Amino acid sequence: MKTPRILERESVLAPLMLTPVALYMVLLVGFPFLMAFVYSFSNVTVGNPEFQMVGFRNFAAVLHDPTFLKSLLNTCIFTFTSIATVLVLSNMLTELLMREFRFKWLIRFLIMLPWTAPIALGAIGYLWFLDSVFSPIDWLLRTWGLLGKPGDLLGPMSNLYWLGRPDLAMASVIVVHVWRLLPLATMIRIAGMNSIPREVIEAAQVDGAGYFRRLFHIVLPLLLPVISVTVLFSTLFTFTDMTVVWVLTKGGPPDNSTQVLASLAFLKGIQGGDLAQGAAVAIFFFPVLAGVAAVVLRIAKKAVVT
Amino acid sequence: MKKFFSKTYFYGALSMFIIFSAGPFYIMLITMFKKSHDLFNPLNNPFWLNEGPTLEHLDLLFNQTLYVRFLLNTVLVGIAVVVITVLLAVPAAISLARLAGRWGENVGIGIFLTYLVPPTLLFIPLSRIVSFLGLQNSLWSLVLVYPTFTVPFCTWLLMSFFKSIPKDIEEQALVDGCSRVGAMARVLLPLSVPGIITVVVFSFTLVAHEYIYALSFIQDSAKKTIGIGMTTELVRGDVFYWGALMGGALIASIPVALLYTLFLDRIISGMSMGAAKR
Repeated sequence: MKTPRILERESVLAPLMLTPVALYMVLLVGFPFLMAFVYSFSNVTVGNPEFQMVGFRNFAAVLHDPTFLKSLLNTCIFTFTSIATVLVLSNMLTELLMREFRFKWLIRFLIMLPWTAPIALGAIGYLWFLDSVFSPIDWLLRTWGLLGKPGDLLGPMSNLYWLGRPDLAMASVIVVHVWRLLPLATMIRIAGMNSIPREVIEAAQVDGAGYFRRLFHIVLPLLLPVISVTVLFSTLFTFTDMTVVWVLTKGGPPDNSTQVLASLAFLKGIQGGDLAQGAAVAIFFFPVLAGVAAVVLRIAKKAVVT
Repeated sequence: MKKFFSKTYFYGALSMFIIFSAGPFYIMLITMFKKSHDLFNPLNNPFWLNEGPTLEHLDLLFNQTLYVRFLLNTVLVGIAVVVITVLLAVPAAISLARLAGRWGENVGIGIFLTYLVPPTLLFIPLSRIVSFLGLQNSLWSLVLVYPTFTVPFCTWLLMSFFKSIPKDIEEQALVDGCSRVGAMARVLLPLSVPGIITVVVFSFTLVAHEYIYALSFIQDSAKKTIGIGMTTELVRGDVFYWGALMGGALIASIPVALLYTLFLDRIISGMSMGAAKR
């Protein structure tokens, strides 16, 4: 193959091969990223694309909006509860999946389904699970005598109305998000476990360390980088996601009881056409993004050095 | 791990997790074949076919809804995005892994960081860009935007893949008289086929998973991809075609999940940024 001589030089070839990606990322991530900030300080709407800058007016409006404050609180509850639950459950599930058993491939496939299948489709299953009349969960509770007759533990009504009551709707949204995230957290955890040299654990065993002593003094410290990466990514992901909320409740029951920042930004910016207000809501993701990016950078630098 | 759980506890706990994870998909399977009369009786066992199976819901799904159209749209966008991703990510990854040296590390980390920027921060400005280009309500808007999340991740994944191929092999080709580009095309690329296949599969599944951009850019029923098509067209007000809805969700989920699972280990090691590697 004949190629021009200039392509033999690494100082030419390397940037040349990088340029398409760099250009694309600058145009479709970097530029919109800056525009999000510009929009949040402007009065741009879909009907008025020639906009003026208005300073902090959007932020003042947003911070005085009870819906925004509610969404911010909901987002924090949603994120914190989901991540904490996922951490505990993934620890248990990792213990189980690290062992050998029959039909492991099939069982692993079934357990990974919530993450590997598209979440919008998986959440559709939950629409039926949590239906106000036909919910299979309510059916089970009625069959077990916990629901539906006067004096039953969960009340005399024939249904719990999972997505119709503020507290239950929030709980449902969190459960579905945990359901979706658990397989991913577990897989990363297992990959981390496999990278711990067996001898280290066996040596501790020989020295007489029990399960919890090994867990807290050897396994967890060695897993710390993996666990922190998992927590960081899932926090960022959960804090900025709206898919589960949108499919299940659209932020309702009508009173914004499951509204999160992402769905609010969508409602204002995309559906309402008020790009400036929507962008101002979305800008609140930035501190979380910056924090996560800073820690990821530190970890990445360390990984490069060692 | 020593035997912390006894066998009974082990299988008990494992079963709970399987029921938790796969339960919604089981209910999809049952509901898809359930006769309407059976389905809409709150007294009937929802976990079983009490009155025998039926294909009426699947008939409705395939013949009277846009379901097949949604699937086709998803596949078309998927193929286009996969092609773009491979064309962009492979040269960039080779460059970062082989040619760029020290500053390549930093560019690589920079590209990875763009992967962290959430879609919900970008979707408002991107919706303006999409309408400025006249692409609103067009599948091309998705083809344009989806590489923003496939390219960074795939570049990162391929970069670590190329690094794992010993440099000597190419250097040998150079000694034998190959040009730089020739050595890449004839030596490096054939060796990296498994990595490229991972990227192809992963980009495709990411496209099938994507929800937020599609929801923002596409309003035309006939242009919708599977996720938004199912949740906005088939879930309408109070009229839910439950059997069709469940069947459609299951049928589209399984192939995507199978593909993803086949490449799970490799994808996970890329996702944890190599923190999980020794």
